[in-house]
Amino acid sequence: MSATASPKPARQPERLEHGGLIDRGRALTFRFDGRALTGHPGDTLASALLANGVRLVARSFKYHRPRGIVGDGPEEPSALVAVGAGARHEPNTRATVVDLVDGLEARSQNRWPLLRWDAGALTGLVGAFAPVGFYYKTFMTPARLWPLQEAVLRRLAGMGSSPTAADPDAYAHRGAHCDLLVVGAGPAGLMAAWAAARAGARVILADERAALGGCLLRERVTLDGAPGHAWVAAVLDALRALGDRVTLLPRTTVTGQHDHGFWQAVERVADHDPAPAPDRVRQRLWQIRARQTVLATGAIERPLVFAGNDRPGVMLASAARAYVNQYAVAPGRRAVLFASHDEGYRTALDLHAAGIQVPAVVDPRAGVRGPLPDRVRALGIPVRDGHVIADTQGTARRGLNGVTVNRLVDGGPDMVPVGDWIDADLLAVAGGWSPTLHLHAQAGAKPVWDAERLAFLPDPERGKEWMCGGCAGVLRLDDALADGLAAGQGAAEALGLRPGAAPPLPTVGADDPAMAGSGQPQTALWAVPKPAVANGKRFVDIQDDVTVEDIALAHREGYASVEHLKRYTTLGMGTDQGKTSNVAGLALLAEARGEPIPAVGTTTFRAPYTPVTLGALAGRHVGAHIAPVRRSPMHAAQAEMGAVFQPTGLWLRPRHFPRDGETLAEAVRREVIATRSGVGLCDVSFLGKIDVQGPDAAEFLNRVYINGWKGLAVGKARYGLMLREDGLAMDDGTTARLADDHFAMTTTTANAVAVMTHLEYGLQVLWPELDVRVVSTTDEWAAVALAGPKSRRVLEEATDLDVSNDALPFMGVTEGTVCGLPARLFRISFSGELAYEINVPAGYGDALWRRLVMVGKPFGLTPYGAEALGVMRIEKGHVAGPELDGRTTPHDLGLGRMVSTKKSFIGRRLLERAALTDPERPALVGLVPEDGATVLAGGSQIVAVADRDTPPPVPMIGHVSSGCAGPGVGHPVALGFLKGGLARWEGQTVLVSHPLKGTATPARVVAPHVYDPEGRRQHA
Amino acid sequence: MMLIPCPWCGPRPRVEFSYGGPADRARPADDAPLEDWTRYVYERDNPKGAARELWRHGAGCRQWFVLERDTVTHAVAASHPLPGAEVAP
Repeated sequence: MSATASPKPARQPERLEHGGLIDRGRALTFRFDGRALTGHPGDTLASALLANGVRLVARSFKYHRPRGIVGDGPEEPSALVAVGAGARHEPNTRATVVDLVDGLEARSQNRWPLLRWDAGALTGLVGAFAPVGFYYKTFMTPARLWPLQEAVLRRLAGMGSSPTAADPDAYAHRGAHCDLLVVGAGPAGLMAAWAAARAGARVILADERAALGGCLLRERVTLDGAPGHAWVAAVLDALRALGDRVTLLPRTTVTGQHDHGFWQAVERVADHDPAPAPDRVRQRLWQIRARQTVLATGAIERPLVFAGNDRPGVMLASAARAYVNQYAVAPGRRAVLFASHDEGYRTALDLHAAGIQVPAVVDPRAGVRGPLPDRVRALGIPVRDGHVIADTQGTARRGLNGVTVNRLVDGGPDMVPVGDWIDADLLAVAGGWSPTLHLHAQAGAKPVWDAERLAFLPDPERGKEWMCGGCAGVLRLDDALADGLAAGQGAAEALGLRPGAAPPLPTVGADDPAMAGSGQPQTALWAVPKPAVANGKRFVDIQDDVTVEDIALAHREGYASVEHLKRYTTLGMGTDQGKTSNVAGLALLAEARGEPIPAVGTTTFRAPYTPVTLGALAGRHVGAHIAPVRRSPMHAAQAEMGAVFQPTGLWLRPRHFPRDGETLAEAVRREVIATRSGVGLCDVSFLGKIDVQGPDAAEFLNRVYINGWKGLAVGKARYGLMLREDGLAMDDGTTARLADDHFAMTTTTANAVAVMTHLEYGLQVLWPELDVRVVSTTDEWAAVALAGPKSRRVLEEATDLDVSNDALPFMGVTEGTVCGLPARLFRISFSGELAYEINVPAGYGDALWRRLVMVGKPFGLTPYGAEALGVMRIEKGHVAGPELDGRTTPHDLGLGRMVSTKKSFIGRRLLERAALTDPERPALVGLVPEDGATVLAGGSQIVAVADRDTPPPVPMIGHVSSGCAGPGVGHPVALGFLKGGLARWEGQTVLVSHPLKGTATPARVVAPHVYDPEGRRQHA
Repeated sequence: MMLIPCPWCGPRPRVEFSYGGPADRARPADDAPLEDWTRYVYERDNPKGAARELWRHGAGCRQWFVLERDTVTHAVAASHPLPGAEVAP
């Protein structure tokens, strides 16, 4: 050994000499709160911590009480730690489900400054400082102090901290179909999957743990004369031998059942990989559509509720067995078992077999007799029946060091006041089993309370899943195996498969504790009475620090519904969702109400079963991949010219084409002036385009637009406005008649999809008798606007078509060749200038743009972007998105004269409502600042000059919808809406108020068409 | 996620569809009383249990159709093309 070699791994003081499903030949190094520790492959973080004698792993979130490891699996309520560093820091991870890997970094949470010495624990010392509802009751007044109080509370309360850097890992989604999904690979799940796969079913078998096998890996059992894990290995070999038909998914938690056989599952693909390759996904979200489902999700053990039951060293009895049997770890060296039913006695047997001292088994039932208690007694372990654990004692760092055992008073709810002290560093608690019904109940099934077995069982009425094994309340091993086999065969039959040869059921060792029947039923002891003097609180939910007293208090205050109790006390609202605590909580509520448990019911089970990272839900849909990007066919040519693009919905549109370091405002000003005085070129491919064809096409347009279309001549275009059925404006655009039965409609960019859907609704649902077809052609055509007084001269260079005013007047349409490309030519204008829109098939868009730029060069042709386009339409008084805001009628928009009175159309009837025809409604006006300089921002409020000094609230008489600097008219102009409209306000001065800036700008009300109101230019 | 049987495309996941309100609602005549129109545009039944609904297969054939569905259990009883819809070629 050289001097530079890493130090020999520290001894694991609590690792047992023999046994366990761990690879003792390899040591893994990890850190907990900076301390270097070792473990072995096969360990979880929890088992490795226990092997190193680390018992204090967390501080609770409200009282900052020292907390240890309670369970051994996904139900863990207590041992929440942060793992990973930097951007991979993940808070609130259950130490019991983190696979130990070399180099793992883990840290405790909710402690300051140290886990061992935590300032926040003082809140616990002050005792009743924070009873249930404390926040609601204490910090109501004065309200202005709340931000300060909140800052302090947030530091003390809370659950870990979020990483601040972006997640560096990749996540994936995968869809899958199968005949049968089996959830849980314990004895029942393995038999079910095996039976169905043998019969020919395509099976997915998912289990949340790293190794498939469920309790067979954790318990001392003999199957066919071999240890349980050997039988598991043989079954997995048999399943793999069936090839593609079987998909085995370890480390995969089925988190939710959704409608119609749809299940979501999260596979932890690389969480356990010490050095994940950069291209490897960390987690994969499976979206599984299963024809049949077997739930073999097992059962979760419940703790018992007594004073001091939250101390490190108090552990579920089944977890204590798992640490001894599967991980070869002694969770304590001197263990007391507190069990309210026979099956818990297995823990005493297993601990004893592992060489752990068991000074006593404490059982509240009197006169306990049965196979398991008798075997425990035969080992010389005293069984203190008729007794309870009344209190515990210990230190923050080492946890439990002893328990007080009191005798229950015969036939009464009390216990004798003075008990016996027993030294113990481990207290294993067995409070009965809760079948894991989450997935079953998520789909609406209502679990049924079984008063004998003291458990909720599957709803026999609802649920199409095959429930088998522990989750169906079948706890004895041979029964569970047979139950799984029957479920697998039943599922195969339901799939229409012929049952083949059934897989052989293994023989369970005759003297296995797993086979021992119960001598006497479990007792319903939901909370041990509290002694007059106790060291500890009686926690029902140790993650949320909810005590027996909190539940009683909540009930006294009127929270008698279980759903209200949950929200008021936070019972079961932690990251564990009360997997170990909910039953005791609602049983105590039932006691308080004096009613049976079914009358109280359960809270609603909702997906996900265990917490899911947002990364897994997002999958690949992050960053630039969150939505597709639509680019115009001319995008590349525009980018070469230095266009600055802006997202518009999914589109990227050129916003402006800056030259030589121009600002946005400078570029827009130049583009507008160049277009108004010469010629400009603008991409309008983004506009929605819909082809409308059929004998009834004109009639159809009549029904969707407010104005008439039957009289429109072929070769002409018309501006149209369509309403929603409620009478409010929906969208506008120009539609051209290409033939008697053929129209080319345009829509705004934003509403292209909505209008298409609207038209389809009309044709399919309202008027199936109309013979019309519509198809979206937005992506089929590239389009440009060529605008400005010199546009005709450029066009003449680009085409042989006669584009004179006589041949192609305003609103004229023709087809031909432009720049050598097949084109539709529309003489329409959004800018108010002499202008043409040229459409070519999308594939020619790039060529059209480049050729027009070349042809236009001698004329000073200037490309302009969406910003200049918007400026020119405001100057011209054309309405657009900010005016068509879903609240305006045609009259509000100054388009009342377009409303046809000779026909019916969508929205006509409700447009007649009094409120929509009120002359007091805000209507479109133009606004010009009196100083000729201040730009009136869209969104500004308009108030009367008379209200200049009125204290707030000041009556609002309108608002500005769109404003610009008005480079084409020489002063800022804006569009807006004023109550009473132009008729009331034309020529008057109003105040345009911008509360955020604290400004109030006097502005004169004018007609909206500020630029070329007579329209001479566009008709030139 | 519901599996919706499009009459034209077969069973597809619910994300491909959008809901369009109750089926079988007649659009009032143009000169019908304003009350009828108000009811048509604004009022919707919210049935518990069996319902006939309009759905549109927007990410598929873009056809509206009638879906018979239980609003409590989400069980689908049947789907039908709208009256007047053509049989797909």
